[in-house]
Amino acid sequence: MRLLSGDPPRGWPARALVVLVALALAATPLLFHGAKPLEVAEKICVMAALAASYDVLLGYTGIVSFAHVMFFGVGAYGVGLASYALGPGWGAMALGLAGGLALSAALALAIGLFSLRVQAIFFAMVTLAVAYAFNVLASQLPDLTGGEDGRSFRVPELLRPGHHFGHWLGTAVTGRTLTYYLVLAGAAALFLVLLRIVNSPFGRVLQAIRENPLRAEALGYRIVFHRTLAVIVTALVAAFVGGLDAMWLRYVGPDTALSFSIQIDVLVIVVIGGRGTLYGAVVGAAVFVIAENYLRALIGAAATATADLPLLPNLLHPDRWLLWLGVLFILAVRFAPRGIVGELQRRHDEGRRS
Amino acid sequence: MTPALETRELTIRFGGHVAVDAVSCAFFPGQLTAIVGPNGAGKTTYFNLMSGQLRASSGAVLVRGRDITGLDAPRRARLGLGRAFQLTNLFPALSVLENVRLACQARAGVHYEMTRPWMARRDILAAAHATLARVGLEGRAGSAVSALSHGDQRKLEVAMMMALEPDILMFDEPTAGMSVDEVPVVLDLIAQLKRDASKTILLVEHKMDVVRSLADRIIVLHNGKLMADGPPAEVIASPLVREAYLGAAA
Ligand SMILES: Nc1ncnc2c1ncn2[C@@H]1O[C@H](COP(=O)(O)OP(=O)(O)O)[C@@H](O)[C@H]1O
Ligand SMILES: [Mg+2]
Repeated sequence: MRLLSGDPPRGWPARALVVLVALALAATPLLFHGAKPLEVAEKICVMAALAASYDVLLGYTGIVSFAHVMFFGVGAYGVGLASYALGPGWGAMALGLAGGLALSAALALAIGLFSLRVQAIFFAMVTLAVAYAFNVLASQLPDLTGGEDGRSFRVPELLRPGHHFGHWLGTAVTGRTLTYYLVLAGAAALFLVLLRIVNSPFGRVLQAIRENPLRAEALGYRIVFHRTLAVIVTALVAAFVGGLDAMWLRYVGPDTALSFSIQIDVLVIVVIGGRGTLYGAVVGAAVFVIAENYLRALIGAAATATADLPLLPNLLHPDRWLLWLGVLFILAVRFAPRGIVGELQRRHDEGRRS
Repeated sequence: MTPALETRELTIRFGGHVAVDAVSCAFFPGQLTAIVGPNGAGKTTYFNLMSGQLRASSGAVLVRGRDITGLDAPRRARLGLGRAFQLTNLFPALSVLENVRLACQARAGVHYEMTRPWMARRDILAAAHATLARVGLEGRAGSAVSALSHGDQRKLEVAMMMALEPDILMFDEPTAGMSVDEVPVVLDLIAQLKRDASKTILLVEHKMDVVRSLADRIIVLHNGKLMADGPPAEVIASPLVREAYLGAAA
């Protein structure tokens, strides 16, 4: 309870869902064999922590940022480029992460103070511009960043696939297993930090700012600083997650670390999971990443099954999975605007009141 | 004696319309000043200029002799300018308790603390419950703001100002739209605050019996201009006020 800052998911359905995802992530290396399930589980960890930090901005503070994934990328590039330049090692990764965190904080401070004084829409535009500039910069500086191709780099010996620790419960424990648990532990710790922040006096002011910024000012809160601090803290978390993901991928490039499509994914995850719930990010990430990886196959199977019918096989082509995800998204927004966790918690709250 | 609050030639224009027109006035501790005038006279705008929601086109606002014209609303609030709004101005999705607790938290100067959960600040929580009890809302602590009656929302509005323990309290039509049996709760509260000689109270109110019983002084605004200023009996009796305001209202 202390670990959860006194704010567990409300009601058993939401609680069960979160626990289920957490247990599944913890047990993935033991339950499944082969590379794919672990890849999927790692992506869920990363997207859950990244989306949770975005939820602090979007759901708790009411700020729309398009630069959140940029901070993720800064952390990833920090770890990747340092390991590439200095050679594999814990020191290089730590140094790269520290550099990424520092740059993220500085950028967040600058963007926040520059644009959060004005209307929220101005902040959104500025983040879009800065993120775009960063994307271009990463591609246009091939000597430094590897350009479009990015950089593959090596990780410390202990984390390599070839490093065998032995067997446990019939599963080979390798450097990849260790890397996965590092990512999982890091993501979980960051999530708990975010949970503490939204339940702190500072986090409560963020919600007040979302509800009624002018009233928050009339109480004496200088909301520019609160908003800026929220952007900085969430940028630091995003950068940290980026570093973890780079360590897992052993690669950093624009597509995996800076792409706007990741920004859209994060937004979708927060909305389907439930804005302003934090736990929604975990559930949303699990649903989204699993759909992304297995919806293709499912749709492909449906296409084969309907091969004799007109039009349908075309719509059900595996490459159309994004279309179907879009349809699911629209249905979710229409019928469960609070998202999965938000909706479950609302039902619980109403049940208790009546 | 330095006034607690003073305006000098305070003016604001919206386009061509001068909503507050060169108002100079000083307010003193231990004094309750009623501000009267017809709708659209500029009373709320005058308050907004003093508490910082609006910036003056010209003129100055002083608190305890210090020029605060350049300060924003949060800094003015921290200097002890409290404001209860005419149009209910709350945090709608948060609970009644949380609305007041946020005010108590601001009063305690806890702005950026993020390492401890909010429950750990029991002092703030206790202050919030105590403030709710003062306005008779202790039974509604867990309710959503949207579930409150209009009158209870007005009380919460007042509670949030009181939680800040300001030296200068500005009430903007605190009893407007309240049912007859709810009005005394708020008036008793104002009367109680008035007994504290360190408080400077400004009250915009239309009900003349309320003004007569509470006010030490009345000022009259009309078309943004200060038309009259004096003891209640004198101002209410003046022909100018009868014509400009009371005549229309009665
Ligand atoms: N933000 C604003 N923009 C334009 N006009 C305004 C604004 N605020 C107030 N006014 C105008 O200023 C005048 C005074 O309004 P107000 O201070 O609300 O009057 P009162 O509180 O005495 O009823 C009105 O004519 C109103 O329309
Ligand atoms: Mg008014």
